[in-house]
Amino acid sequence: MTALPDIHPPKARARRRNSLTPWLFLAPGMLMFAVYVLIPIFQSVWVSFHDWDGLGPMRWIGLANYSELWWDDAFYTSLKNNVLWLALYLLAVPLGLLIALFLNQTVKGIRIYKSLFFFPFVISQVVVGLIFSWFYAPGFGLLYVLIEWVTGTGVAILADERYVTYGIIAAGLWPQIAYCMILYLTGLNAVAPDQIEAARLDGAKGWRMLWHVVLPQLRPATFIAVVVTVIGALRSFDLVSIMTSGGPFGSSRVLSYYMYEQALSEYGYRMGYGAAIAVVLFAIMMIFITGFIWKMWRDERGL
Amino acid sequence: MFPRPIQTMSPAFQRSYKIALPIMLVLWLLPLLGVALTSLRPSGDLAAGNYFGIPSRIAFENYADVFRNSPIAQYLLNSFRITIPTVIGAVGLSCLTGYALAVYKFRLSLVVFFMFVAGNFVPFQILMVPVRDLTVNMGLYNTVTGLALFHIAFQTGFCTLFMRNFIKALPRELIEAARVEGVNEWQIFWHIVLPLVRPAIAALSVLVFTFIWNDYFWAMVLTTGAETQPITAGLNSLNGQWVAAWHLVSAGSILAAMPPVLMFFLMQRHFIAGLTLGAVK
Repeated sequence: MTALPDIHPPKARARRRNSLTPWLFLAPGMLMFAVYVLIPIFQSVWVSFHDWDGLGPMRWIGLANYSELWWDDAFYTSLKNNVLWLALYLLAVPLGLLIALFLNQTVKGIRIYKSLFFFPFVISQVVVGLIFSWFYAPGFGLLYVLIEWVTGTGVAILADERYVTYGIIAAGLWPQIAYCMILYLTGLNAVAPDQIEAARLDGAKGWRMLWHVVLPQLRPATFIAVVVTVIGALRSFDLVSIMTSGGPFGSSRVLSYYMYEQALSEYGYRMGYGAAIAVVLFAIMMIFITGFIWKMWRDERGL
Repeated sequence: MFPRPIQTMSPAFQRSYKIALPIMLVLWLLPLLGVALTSLRPSGDLAAGNYFGIPSRIAFENYADVFRNSPIAQYLLNSFRITIPTVIGAVGLSCLTGYALAVYKFRLSLVVFFMFVAGNFVPFQILMVPVRDLTVNMGLYNTVTGLALFHIAFQTGFCTLFMRNFIKALPRELIEAARVEGVNEWQIFWHIVLPLVRPAIAALSVLVFTFIWNDYFWAMVLTTGAETQPITAGLNSLNGQWVAAWHLVSAGSILAAMPPVLMFFLMQRHFIAGLTLGAVK
């Protein structure tokens, strides 16, 4: 009874012979990904310790870019707006669920309705930005006229420091809600009908049914919806650029836009300072990315 | 089914649901409908303050105007020249990587896989300065090729995630049986796996097409000028020129939105299958 289990199964040798094959399949994709995605991350960190206009020689300045950031009011405005984006953008998840519940019926033509509700996600953010600029436009924008009609005075949302970021976030929510909706519609399709029936016989309905029976089954959809929404909120760039260019007076900037502005604006190329902003944004995102990856890794191991 | 099918509800409830559906839809798409209507309104109407009423006539000439007086045809062409190679490149590369990560068991397999997944989530700005520099040094700044190369590399991350999971769900016995027969690895990939992943290729193609068509940030970073810029960046500069000419801006927007919308309606099933991958266990 002392025999140890064989720790060298005969298969291992055969497997080693093939160990080069997967790397050959991986090589082209990994090479491209390394050159354009992985290595640039480290290069950006390196650039952030320099003063560089993108053309001439780079000058090492240590942490000077970061200490400048520390005292930069525009940086804090952008950071504050990013937090606002993150918090409000997450509303897309419950609102998407709400629309999905509304549409999860089998009446005639419902498929067309579902596709049309999904519409805003398919069109480019540039077009969404232009559509909402028109919607908000002072004097004749649909929303402007509506507000004027209700309250007596119109509000030029995109020209008002108090409202501008909310106005842009609302534009961003439109396609994002559509995306969350489609995730939940797919999820609802797969909810086990027998569990619903059983719970119904036990007298569960409405909110309690949703909370205790349906939502737990929708967990994979919720996970993806949250991941995509968080990433989307921190990546927001297109709408800010199209709708306000960060204005009025820089009040609607977010980190991604501020970075772009510093690195490539008409006021001169400050690549080092831009890279430092990007590193901060990357660090914030890493908190979330690590969390997502950790969960996915655990699921993968659990298989 | 949740919520309860309305067929089990009172007729009055059913009727109100059927009335509510189109009303909700119109409200939901109100901004888009407004723009679509504006794109068909003659400029005279706008000057006269007729923004919401019935257009005095349908003005298709707005579209003709946009084509005649702006490089929008060139922008649209550029978008295709960037998008199509990217779709082919990224989907092709990810067939290879996805196969390697799904079929072979090797020590670093999960590490490589999660590297692709994580890279896919990073903010674009952390890549911007080095990628722009690299593109300039390769002499590809302000070229369609330079932009497409970056897109191929970046999209490979998402496509690998998708392909690997798709291939992993295929029956393993097929591959094992072929190995026993002595079929070599490349032939297994080419003759057995590739035909089976056709639905995944279709789904990825429509998704990548839409993502790249709608890309704006990289177009702004890696291209300037009408000979190379895609429609998203082009629309931005036209918007600067056409201050307050909303009938033209609207027509341009509708044109820019058209290709992905058509793609969506033609390939709806694949599109949604791709987007909702992983939304159900």
